[in-house]
Amino acid sequence: MPVLDTTHDEETLTLTMVAEFAATPERVWEVYADPRQLERVWGPPTYPATVVDHSLTPGGRVTYYMTSPEGEKFCGLWEVSSVEEPARLVFRDYFADEDFNAVESMPGSTNTYTFEAIEGGTRVTYESAFDSLEGLKTVLDMGVVEGSTGAINQIDELLAKG
Amino acid sequence: MEALLDDQVDAMFQALADRTRRDIVRRVMDEELSVSELADSYEMSFAGVQKHVAVLERAGLVSKRRVGRAQIARVEMSAIRTVASLLNELEDMWRARVARIDDLLADDEAAGR
Repeated sequence: MPVLDTTHDEETLTLTMVAEFAATPERVWEVYADPRQLERVWGPPTYPATVVDHSLTPGGRVTYYMTSPEGEKFCGLWEVSSVEEPARLVFRDYFADEDFNAVESMPGSTNTYTFEAIEGGTRVTYESAFDSLEGLKTVLDMGVVEGSTGAINQIDELLAKG
Repeated sequence: MEALLDDQVDAMFQALADRTRRDIVRRVMDEELSVSELADSYEMSFAGVQKHVAVLERAGLVSKRRVGRAQIARVEMSAIRTVASLLNELEDMWRARVARIDDLLADDEAAGR
């Protein structure tokens, strides 16, 4: 498994995940720098992502939407603040309306991706800090189709153990 | 996120220890339903279903509002999804994303790049 470690911080609503890939940092960086590769990995097969604008430069924007099985579109927007190819990428991720304007009422998240060369590949540290619980919930509503079923099934499992 | 008190957690688990009540939670999770719509799907009386909904309501799992003469029940997702379970869901989503990156990179090798 390429995922080595994950850390949850409930106080700061931060998730950190460390993963290793069998490719150079330059190659892993390309996944984010190439919109066609980014859309292959960003959304789950049931909610495929389409990247529209893609300017991976400080102050630049990346806009995308994800399409639900029913054909509903969920738009998102990255505001890129720091780009150190191929070592570090920092951006804010927001929900957007259909014209890709950030939805001000909906809090976003600050994301820092760090890429380090290791023997035989690259170690990537993904860190995402959410402004509020609402933002986190909405991301899950967009990305995890069975989120709510998952939650109730967890309760079922807990009860089964008891 | 407010920490749930042990009493609240007990109430939630007691409420969910009943199969009919778990079924009610699942159904109002998908859509808001009136108590009479819910009652149509069970072999028990309207009053019986109403009692189950009341137990779920006291446990904070379901809330009710009145629309005309109907009582509409909806699930309180915030009670069901604690912060921990939210972060777990996000972790699952990221793991899936990392797996997709891994697959994409494996395609390079297959293509001999």
